[in-house]
Amino acid sequence: MTPPALHWRPATELAAGLDAGDLTSVELTEAIIRRCDDVEPHIAAFLQRTDERALTGAAAADARRARGEALTPWDGIPVAYKDIFVTRDVPTTAGSRILERWVPPYDATVVERCSAAGMPLFGKTNLDQFAMGSSTEHSGFHPSRNPWDPARVPGGSSGGSAALVAAGAVPWAWGTDTGGSVRQPAALCGIVGAKPTYGLVSRYGMVAFASSLDQAGPLTRSVEDAAALLSTAAGHDPRDSTSIRDGAPNLLEGLGEGIAGKRIGVVEEFGGEGSQPGVRARVDDAYGRLERLGAVLEEVSLPSFEHAIPAYYLIAPAEASSNLARYDGVRYGPRRVATDIVAMNSKTRADGFGAEVKRRIMIGTYALSAGYYDAYYGKAQKVRTLIVEDLKRAFQRVDLIVCPTSPTTAFKLGERTADPLSMYLSDVYTVPVNLAGVPAMSVPCGTSPDDGLPVGLQIIAPVLDERSMFQAAYAFEQDLGWAESDEGRPNL
Amino acid sequence: MSVAPPHTLETTIGLEIHVELATASKMFCGCKVAFGGEPNTRTCPVCLGLPGSLPVVNERAIEYTTRIGVAFNCSIAKRSLFARKNYFYPDMPKNYQITQYELPLATQGHLTLDGESGAVSVGVTRVHLEEDTGGSLHVGGSGRIADSEYSLEDYNRAGTPLVEIVTEPDLHTAEQARLFVAELRAIVEALGVSDVRMEEGSLRVDANISVRRAGEVEHGAKVEVKNMNSIRSVGRALEHEEERQRKALEAGETLVQETRHFDEKTGTTSSLRTKEYAFDYRYFPEPDLVPFEAADEWVEALRASQPELPAERRVRWKQTYGLPPGDVAVLASSKATAAWFEAAALAYGGDAKKIVNWIIADLFGLLNEAGIDLTECKIAPAQLAGLVGLVDDGAISGKQAKEVLGHMFKTGDDAAEVVQDKGLEQESDTAVLDAVVEEVIAENPEAADKVRAGQLNTIGFLVGRVMRKTGGSANPKLVTELLRTKLAG
Repeated sequence: MTPPALHWRPATELAAGLDAGDLTSVELTEAIIRRCDDVEPHIAAFLQRTDERALTGAAAADARRARGEALTPWDGIPVAYKDIFVTRDVPTTAGSRILERWVPPYDATVVERCSAAGMPLFGKTNLDQFAMGSSTEHSGFHPSRNPWDPARVPGGSSGGSAALVAAGAVPWAWGTDTGGSVRQPAALCGIVGAKPTYGLVSRYGMVAFASSLDQAGPLTRSVEDAAALLSTAAGHDPRDSTSIRDGAPNLLEGLGEGIAGKRIGVVEEFGGEGSQPGVRARVDDAYGRLERLGAVLEEVSLPSFEHAIPAYYLIAPAEASSNLARYDGVRYGPRRVATDIVAMNSKTRADGFGAEVKRRIMIGTYALSAGYYDAYYGKAQKVRTLIVEDLKRAFQRVDLIVCPTSPTTAFKLGERTADPLSMYLSDVYTVPVNLAGVPAMSVPCGTSPDDGLPVGLQIIAPVLDERSMFQAAYAFEQDLGWAESDEGRPNL
Repeated sequence: MSVAPPHTLETTIGLEIHVELATASKMFCGCKVAFGGEPNTRTCPVCLGLPGSLPVVNERAIEYTTRIGVAFNCSIAKRSLFARKNYFYPDMPKNYQITQYELPLATQGHLTLDGESGAVSVGVTRVHLEEDTGGSLHVGGSGRIADSEYSLEDYNRAGTPLVEIVTEPDLHTAEQARLFVAELRAIVEALGVSDVRMEEGSLRVDANISVRRAGEVEHGAKVEVKNMNSIRSVGRALEHEEERQRKALEAGETLVQETRHFDEKTGTTSSLRTKEYAFDYRYFPEPDLVPFEAADEWVEALRASQPELPAERRVRWKQTYGLPPGDVAVLASSKATAAWFEAAALAYGGDAKKIVNWIIADLFGLLNEAGIDLTECKIAPAQLAGLVGLVDDGAISGKQAKEVLGHMFKTGDDAAEVVQDKGLEQESDTAVLDAVVEEVIAENPEAADKVRAGQLNTIGFLVGRVMRKTGGSANPKLVTELLRTKLAG
């Protein structure tokens, strides 16, 4: 078997090549540019490319490396960002027309830390507007497509980042996950996606959707890459008051320790009819594999999880309705001319926001209104507390919890846009995790026998136990061997 | 509907006061807190509410607010929360204000006022912390946003820490309200947490006032009065508004809940808007911030390190200096005046009442004329003490001293220097004066005879002659004594 082309290799392998002098960052960046040119017409994953900037960064990294002054092992490996991370001097839209042509004067903390590690910024990727959606069809610019089947969605909202990584177009990319927006596209595109504990990665410079739920997460082709990228950006940031003060772990350490003797919970309520048969089959195989690797599986009950979707669709829109109030045409973004301020605000927002965003602003505004607050927002917060408690109880018995990441494989473009509820149900397995603030990741477990599309296994861990989660994901990935095989790459 | 006779009406007033804190930086970012300046120069992604930016609490602002809470005898919350108040206005960059709603920093306080009609205890409902808005300039039209041609926004002030102090409706006269604001200003100033300049908006007062028939359970229609830009305005505006409402009720009219604007020039209020519906601000806990937990030891440390407050100072001054309440009230009205008086009294060492009289009767007049305040005065407290000492010693007369004070006020020189430069020192040498007195008696025999015959009020005439001959430098007390001795019947 010939080794895969440069653009398919995981970042950790590329780092070794750079370190050994087998490869320069400029060569790598040029290869990535060529690959992006080839696949972008099929997947439409970018909102903005920054080829020149990446090449300049690559040349600088090569110079540092030549002097023996490489900043980190990842110095010179380009990274793409979901266009919800603000980037100094590079337009940032959050996928919405309402921020069209806005050029931020500052970098998000995630961007700042990855740049400090030497990673050149390689483009801004497509998303559902303000990260509201599960298919990237709600982008204000254009939908993106799944590299496994361009008639299908890449998932969302971090669909552009997931599609690029899955297509072997960029080594790794950042997404954000409010209700599953990293894990679900990772599952649908057959790659790794992790959502860390709430507060592990700074939200400073991430355009806010739902502040109490938003977290940045890596999208990569290997578990090791995800550990490396996450470790680069994690850690306390004084600019984010919800950022956790403890030091950030280096998740590469002890990655290969295995899962022998680990107690792993299988969610009782997530078995049976909820998922497609092909998804169930693959996930069941995965459970068996975990057992063969030495884990002890047992059923755990999480009864509150069935209320997670309604609770999420009150809390997230409530916060969003307030977070998105600032897009009013006064300070940035396009402004619609009108006779007075109220008309200007209304017209600007009516034209700038997409239908899904407006729907959520309306739901959220309603949920927070006097007289309805207790019945909706207040009640949803109580459900959230129940979910936290259910998970705490479960984690007294088990070290990790597993379930499918998504109930289905990638669906066709247009299939769910007419029915918001069916779209919301894409996140049924991922949403409780955000409400609880715990870490979770999706790792590929092969393709569905029904349609040949990737299926993801979700691994959920207790607060701040990313290490156990990554160890399990790594053991599983290595044993399965799918990601590194030809089978693990879409035919694009 | 019966018309109520005036004596059965009672007035209820509650105040809502905003104090801008004089912290070095803004409430949620590192931008400098200052007044005015080139528009939009003290801004950053956070106070401009740029996408992706996040607030970080200024802990000094929490400390200052807690100090205010302690000064108003509030209970300090062990756990307090920030909340978002949602409404659209272009001077508010995020279109929500970070404020406190449930669980403010301080609640259930009170302040005792010593008014003309005795002591009044005023409940303080809450003291909470929030961010200030920017400022708008509406160009064209009436000056309001609705019909302006365009509006300019300056976000320099946006994000300045702002404390809101809300009272119970425990005030019943305009004078009490004015007194409350004056006392609040003195307290906040003593704490050193704000400039409390009403003219610059670092202290802003809104009042809710209603009038009802005595004995009624429900309050009358609540009228919110805005735009009172000085403590005097608070008194004027509320007096006018109370009168307006009383007259309306007496005339059998029905009052409506509304917001009224006070016009400084006319001294009257006019309707700004009627509250047809209550705004729904959709408050909810601010998810970008974590709750603030106030440790008991922290609160106790603040309590122990509170500076002397005006009420405590008043008691001490009464005990130490024996000053009457009226003088105390005037001198304690501002931190600078109080400190100035204390320094002068200390340097003088004698009867502090003399110092007080010089400050209130003379120095304040000079300051008023010059249109400056005590902090800008060239005379140092010890210099006033020196001047009063010269009078005590008989070196100059009280009348001369006033003249000397005028010079000191212009130049900042010591009293002794002025006296010397102007040749103002009094002649108190008996041998010198004796000769002049003899001369005057010889020149005015009729007057001298009258005095000898017991018409003592004619002495004044002779004293005047002596003063004239000496160019005003003779010590009049001494001259009088000499004349009395020489002309004793």
